[in-house]
Amino acid sequence: MATDSIALGAAARERRSITELLHEWVVTVDHKKIGLMYIFYALFFLIVAGLEATVIRIQLIVPNNHFVSPQVFNRMMTMHGTTMIFFVAMPLLFGMGNYLVPIMIGARDMAFPRLNAWSFWVMAFGGLLLYFSFLGGSGLYGAGSAPDVGWFAYAPLTSLPFSPGHSTDFWTLGILVSGFGSIGTAVNFIATIVCMRCKGMTMGRMPLLAWLMLVTAALVILAVSPLTAAQAMLMLDRYVGSHFFDTQAGGSAVVWMHFFWIFGHPEVYVLIMPCFGFISEIIPVFSRKPIFGYPVMVGASVCIAFVSLSVWAHHMFTVGMDSYANSFFTISTLIVGIPTGIKIFNWLATMWGGKLIFKAPMLFSIAFLFQFLIAGLTGVMLAAAPFDWQLGNSYFVVAHFHYVIVGGILFSVFGAFYYWYPKVTGRMYNEWLARLHFVLFVIGFHLTFDFMHIPGLLGMPRRIYTYEAGRGWETWNLIVTIGVLFQALGILAFVANLAWSWFKGRPAGNDPWDAWTLEWSTVSPPPAYNFAEVPAVHSRRPLWDLKHPEDPDWKYE
Amino acid sequence: MTLAGITVWGAAHQAGVGAWPAVLVGPSAVPSIFRPSSTPADSVYTLSIFVLTVCGIIFVVVSALLAYAVVKFRRRADDDGREPPQVYGSNQVELAWTVTPVLIVLILFFAAARVIHAVQQAPEPPNAIEVTVIGHQFWWEYRYPKYGVVAANELHVPVSDRAHPTPTFMTLLSADTDHSFWVPQLAGKTDLIPNRINHMWIEPHETGMYVGQCAQYCGVQHAKMLLRVYVDTREQFDQWIAGQASPAHASGAVSEGKRIFETTACINCHAIEGTVANGRFGPDLTHLMSRDTIAAGAALNNAQTLRLWIQDPDAIKPGSLMPAMKLTDHELDAVVAYLESLR
Amino acid sequence: MSEAEAAAQTAEPQWVLPYRGTVGMATLIVAESAIFLIFVVAYLFYIGKSISGPTPREVLEMPIFASICLLSSSLTIHYALAALRKAQIGMFTALWFATFALGAIFIVATGLEWRHLIYEKGLTISTNLFGTTYYSLVGLHAFHVCVGLLGLLLGLLFALMGKVQAQHSEKAEVFSLYWHFVDAVWVVVFTVVYIVGR
Repeated sequence: MATDSIALGAAARERRSITELLHEWVVTVDHKKIGLMYIFYALFFLIVAGLEATVIRIQLIVPNNHFVSPQVFNRMMTMHGTTMIFFVAMPLLFGMGNYLVPIMIGARDMAFPRLNAWSFWVMAFGGLLLYFSFLGGSGLYGAGSAPDVGWFAYAPLTSLPFSPGHSTDFWTLGILVSGFGSIGTAVNFIATIVCMRCKGMTMGRMPLLAWLMLVTAALVILAVSPLTAAQAMLMLDRYVGSHFFDTQAGGSAVVWMHFFWIFGHPEVYVLIMPCFGFISEIIPVFSRKPIFGYPVMVGASVCIAFVSLSVWAHHMFTVGMDSYANSFFTISTLIVGIPTGIKIFNWLATMWGGKLIFKAPMLFSIAFLFQFLIAGLTGVMLAAAPFDWQLGNSYFVVAHFHYVIVGGILFSVFGAFYYWYPKVTGRMYNEWLARLHFVLFVIGFHLTFDFMHIPGLLGMPRRIYTYEAGRGWETWNLIVTIGVLFQALGILAFVANLAWSWFKGRPAGNDPWDAWTLEWSTVSPPPAYNFAEVPAVHSRRPLWDLKHPEDPDWKYE
Repeated sequence: MTLAGITVWGAAHQAGVGAWPAVLVGPSAVPSIFRPSSTPADSVYTLSIFVLTVCGIIFVVVSALLAYAVVKFRRRADDDGREPPQVYGSNQVELAWTVTPVLIVLILFFAAARVIHAVQQAPEPPNAIEVTVIGHQFWWEYRYPKYGVVAANELHVPVSDRAHPTPTFMTLLSADTDHSFWVPQLAGKTDLIPNRINHMWIEPHETGMYVGQCAQYCGVQHAKMLLRVYVDTREQFDQWIAGQASPAHASGAVSEGKRIFETTACINCHAIEGTVANGRFGPDLTHLMSRDTIAAGAALNNAQTLRLWIQDPDAIKPGSLMPAMKLTDHELDAVVAYLESLR
Repeated sequence: MSEAEAAAQTAEPQWVLPYRGTVGMATLIVAESAIFLIFVVAYLFYIGKSISGPTPREVLEMPIFASICLLSSSLTIHYALAALRKAQIGMFTALWFATFALGAIFIVATGLEWRHLIYEKGLTISTNLFGTTYYSLVGLHAFHVCVGLLGLLLGLLFALMGKVQAQHSEKAEVFSLYWHFVDAVWVVVFTVVYIVGR
């Protein structure tokens, strides 16, 4: 019984000391605990990077502001971007995948549990290394110095003459080290999904989240490795005098750009694909219909992964490539929008003719659809190279990618948190607090990121610590900064909900949403071994088959 | 959109008419991309209106469907609890919403490809003005090889008559890190990358001053590497060139300042034509007073700001590579007086 | 369970999925290939672009003997595994040792080549673009060979302690995938550095 497991859990918690508890978590190889550690780590850095963003926005609220010096601002913008990508988004998504995928495919753990633990600790160390730069960069004089080269660290700005001291090294090494963790996790996901599915779960019967994590892991393997190579080259340039990006010796700054963006573009698909998975699990349940076009959704995801490897130089439309290269990357970037658009239509079709239930997971998913549509369309605008010659490196681009990352990824993560919170904790979250979170965050998000497009259209470049008065950018920057307040309040409501519900939430039971995938068949929270009996499945919705024996899915698939 | 429609539009565009003439024209303090005043910016503007329209239509259609679904298919309060019809998919529907995006992509691609080629492969007419732009941390160097002129931070070009065009073709180089030349009303941005030669061109239609700034993060003072392009009439431009090409002016009363300048570290970085100062690290000062601003637009050019700049550059542009010169008050006054004579 | 379902279940074939060790190693190999690819691309891009210093033609000699040793080691490990599957532990140990020895010869030869290049030809990683790309690419490969040698040594120790049996052949096969990968990378590096680049 659900109440028994909570009672048992509480009793078990009381009997152990703090040291025993800590030890249990530090040495664990249980995918659920590792997943939760990833998530807590990411949530901590979400707050830190959010504060960095707040510093940026306060500095930019009016022109010629003196809230922080240009040096501090440049460190803030570098650390904000680097932290959010590598120490918030990636661990968050890997953590959620870590927790959910083995249970969803009917396995007892990941393929390589010890590799799983190693990957987490290595990634965690990478983050600590990056943040140590505040203390260690050039020594404590001036409170250390974090890297200030921007998150994509263009050469030759990162070479020793232009970036003396160690701040750039902390950037390079922190990410390099965490990259090993990412590759380890990706190997684990692929081996788990290919080799550990329960009986009857063919690849064509896996939940879409499992498919999307598989595709994400494959992209990590192909994309993070080039970054690892490029950063090794950068370290060699800085310390043994090699000339990979040394323009004085005939080296090329553009080669760094190519190597970085061959990582950088697939990386953003690494970030969004698990979110596609969350949405593909949530929308069907809250529309009371199966996902529309499962095979097409799988095909579209694989297509996106493939095509995303061929679009990287749309980040380089302004570096002076010839017209043929610019044309190629225009069309490849436009093409990747096709399978993405198809997915949006399939989600819409899933809702069509259903019975929509507007609980928090669904509210955030619907907002995701609307916002991801807009983000995709601004992406189409940026894909047209000549349009990018104006919009590139401006606040329009900043608005576009935050629209994807906050409006898309973060919203879907909120939805996923609410959806699986009952499973992970055994308790229901508070629905009214979740709706307050939703309203505050929607207001804040749109205030900040809708209006952020406008300064870009009016000529405001990115990465500037201040701007001239009289260029027509003041009002928009003011509105953008005000939105931060609402988002902060929304996050507060979110964290308060997670915390309060942990103690006071109504017991959830195994299956509070009347859902259909395997994780809802086991106890909430799941025991260490996941399932009392390893299940066997015959369709994509095993629990639908159990609940509707007269009309099972395997008759129609 | 038929193929014929695209062709007609393309032909009109190539004739220089532009199917979507800009509503607002002329230089503005607000450097909006929707206020193009030069041929490459016009081409990009036309394309951008087209792309915005297509994207706008897609947005309206899909959002409307989403809104409709959210309203029409919500679970009612009096719901009977039965599951709705379980629909797994439809190949015809999938085909329909695959083919349409493919067509849209092709249309957008051809529209973009035309502009890419028109801008990047525009031939340079023999009477074009040629400027070499060299990006520095954190200022702009301009050389006019045909005129033997070296200037800094404020670019002067002649306005171009549509009947007899005199565009300005720019060669872009960098002395240190990556930079990017962005004056939205005149053209899309192109980067300045060390050990690489890039090219861009502008063809301004209206006289006036156009603003922009560096658009590729280049270090601490990236934010104040501002751009001013003065589009002059032909006569004004010729006059300006003549002034820049002439030797340094300096009258006798400033000889003390000149002496201090030439015996201090100033000459390591700065050049003044006809004197011993021939440093190239910082801007050429031969005709300093012909400029409206100093420090790449960070401050207006007058005696007070000049004095402050030499005494304490961090007060104007913290982190710039100009060192505080540690002159006495008297020396400072003398040097400023000398610099003020460099017209 | 209905009769139809029971019938469906018995009619289903046995549920066998690939061995996770093989899948894991294959995935790792793909990741490593991507890293090597970037170093190869850098090498190819910078051919002929050094502005000073020795050129490949002036200083490089084809390491034929070392290459034959390394590539033969793929054969020896292949036959070692065949022996292991047939529970011929002695033969396995001998061939496994031969693999190690051939790999060690390759590393020693590389070291000698580098000593010659550094002290007699004046080529280091900081000399010019050729030096940079040469040492980084060949060095990355040599590093991977060394990691393989460590693994081989470990396996050798286990074999000599009598702990290796036929049932371990699947795991040994996973390791051999890595070793074959290292050899395949050498084919690419050799072609790029000593044939294309000269």
